[in-house]
Amino acid sequence: MANSKAATGEAGAHGAGETRRDFLMLATGAVGAIGVGAVIWPLIDSMNPAADVLALASIEVDLAPVQVGQRITVKWRGKPVFIDHRTPQQIEESRKTPMSELKDPATDEQRAKKPEWLIMVGVCTHLGCIPLGQKQGDPRGPYGGWFCPCHGSVYDTAGRIRQGPAPRNLVLPDYAFLDNNRVKIG
Amino acid sequence: MNGTSAQDRIVKWIDQRLPVFTFMEHELREYPTPKNLSYWWNFGSLAGFVLVVMIVTGVVLAMQYTPHVDYAFSSVERIMRDVNYGWLLRYIHMNGGTMFFAVVYIHIFRGLYYGSYKPPREVLWWLGLIIFLLMMATAFMGYVLPWGQMSFWGATVITNLFSAIPWVGDNIVTWLWGGFSVDNPTLNRFFSLHYLLPFVIVGVVVLHLVALHAVRSNNPLGIEMKGPQDSIPFHPYYTVKDYFGLGVFMIVFALFVFFAPNFFGEPDNYIQANPLVTPPHIVPEWYFLPFYAILRATPDIVIPFTNVILIEAKLAGVIAMFGSIVLLFFLPWLDTSPVRSARFRPVYKYFFWLFLVDAVVLGWVGGNPPEGMFIVIGRIATAYYFLHLLILMPLIGRFERPRPLPQSISEPVLKGGGRAAASASAKPMEKA
Repeated sequence: MANSKAATGEAGAHGAGETRRDFLMLATGAVGAIGVGAVIWPLIDSMNPAADVLALASIEVDLAPVQVGQRITVKWRGKPVFIDHRTPQQIEESRKTPMSELKDPATDEQRAKKPEWLIMVGVCTHLGCIPLGQKQGDPRGPYGGWFCPCHGSVYDTAGRIRQGPAPRNLVLPDYAFLDNNRVKIG
Repeated sequence: MNGTSAQDRIVKWIDQRLPVFTFMEHELREYPTPKNLSYWWNFGSLAGFVLVVMIVTGVVLAMQYTPHVDYAFSSVERIMRDVNYGWLLRYIHMNGGTMFFAVVYIHIFRGLYYGSYKPPREVLWWLGLIIFLLMMATAFMGYVLPWGQMSFWGATVITNLFSAIPWVGDNIVTWLWGGFSVDNPTLNRFFSLHYLLPFVIVGVVVLHLVALHAVRSNNPLGIEMKGPQDSIPFHPYYTVKDYFGLGVFMIVFALFVFFAPNFFGEPDNYIQANPLVTPPHIVPEWYFLPFYAILRATPDIVIPFTNVILIEAKLAGVIAMFGSIVLLFFLPWLDTSPVRSARFRPVYKYFFWLFLVDAVVLGWVGGNPPEGMFIVIGRIATAYYFLHLLILMPLIGRFERPRPLPQSISEPVLKGGGRAAASASAKPMEKA
């Protein structure tokens, strides 16, 4: 009410007093809100990853013992990372897949920096289960890649989503080859 | 409280300064209760009883439990093997969760059948739903604490639900975990919250009771009490009825605790959590299965006649699952019928049972792997769940012709409105 009076230019001596009180109310409210926010933020942020958790953020892996066709799993940030030494057939199969068949289109070149080494976070992009396919005898699904037992998502030989509820391809971590046989993940 | 004996004088002295005794007299003794409540009205007090059991056993268990990824699993095994009566306390707490949900589900469906959510009981209904949501959060976090395979993978799947939120989803999940996967920080905060939330539930239960005592209990006829002739004091009439029900309930509870303590459990949860191996078949506890089925049922939502995905299956599933509970908050308005009790609603009555069957079917689908016919059945049952609440409830209320309601709670008994035998035997009471 006082606001509308002031806004329409009717503010007399009395109105001016009310306007000042309104201003004080707003200013107090604003400072209060900022203060509450400033107190809440440390509480919320304390639940984010702590420095020691962040410090374990990268690992180095020796690839020399991994045979062609072999898949190994390493642990990175508490999650499995799949390292697949792909066979030429698997690379070929992945390369000739038309983009139109893919739910989350990506070429094989985009999926693997070196075609023979496919390095991915082994966590289903649906709800975080570990897809099967790393071990001998695991079901690999109809595309010869990985099969998630939880809700039936199927990934191909480039870790791209082909069937099931998962929305995206298996995530690629940041990685760099230090030399021919060593890779740094993270 | 006539102020003669020493005890009465002490009570009076306290009561004038803190009116707890007056309060108890009003709310626990005199509280006028409809005189026609059936045994379906036992389940509220049963839920209260289980809540107390859970808090008492939980506080004692927390004295023995270690919330650390390296020790949690063995500390639970230590409770089972070494702690005096540890096995008993843990089995009561484990099965108490199951009993709590069983009792609360009956309580909720009782409310659905007798229209206990309708005016003036909307806020009472909301508070009940809030208790239900808090219970689900508490039960979920409690299940993580033993740090078995199902604990770990259940926690992973459920926290990953939040990654479906566009843009900020992944940040939210990292924040929930306190890391990049379910790990020690996650276990610690779940323990903290699992200890906290039951007391929040107690607070909301108090509000639930305040709201109940403001609007008074509904009853099987679904009509309001018209005067003192329609009510009886809570004590001793319903205290004794509740005690009887409690006795029956405790027999069932004890049967599970002593003879089938792991009946509702998953064997996989006796394997310590392993972040690198997912169990072949992840299932939540039985009381989450219908919601789990809804979560998995949705396909990608596509713009018709194109391949453009509007909502990914994952997000759609999460929306449907949370929506299935959020919708219940709107039930007082989705149900357009002015008649509360399904006894007088010849059409709705059948749909109520269909809805109950639908919930059971969803639970059955949720407990099975998402393959073959289970996908189809899951989708049909999910569709019916929403159809029932969003379309059928408003339409039935509009087009159904309810049967005539009795004039009062006493009338069918006293004036022959009910069965002949009932009216005959009730005649003498009319004179009194």
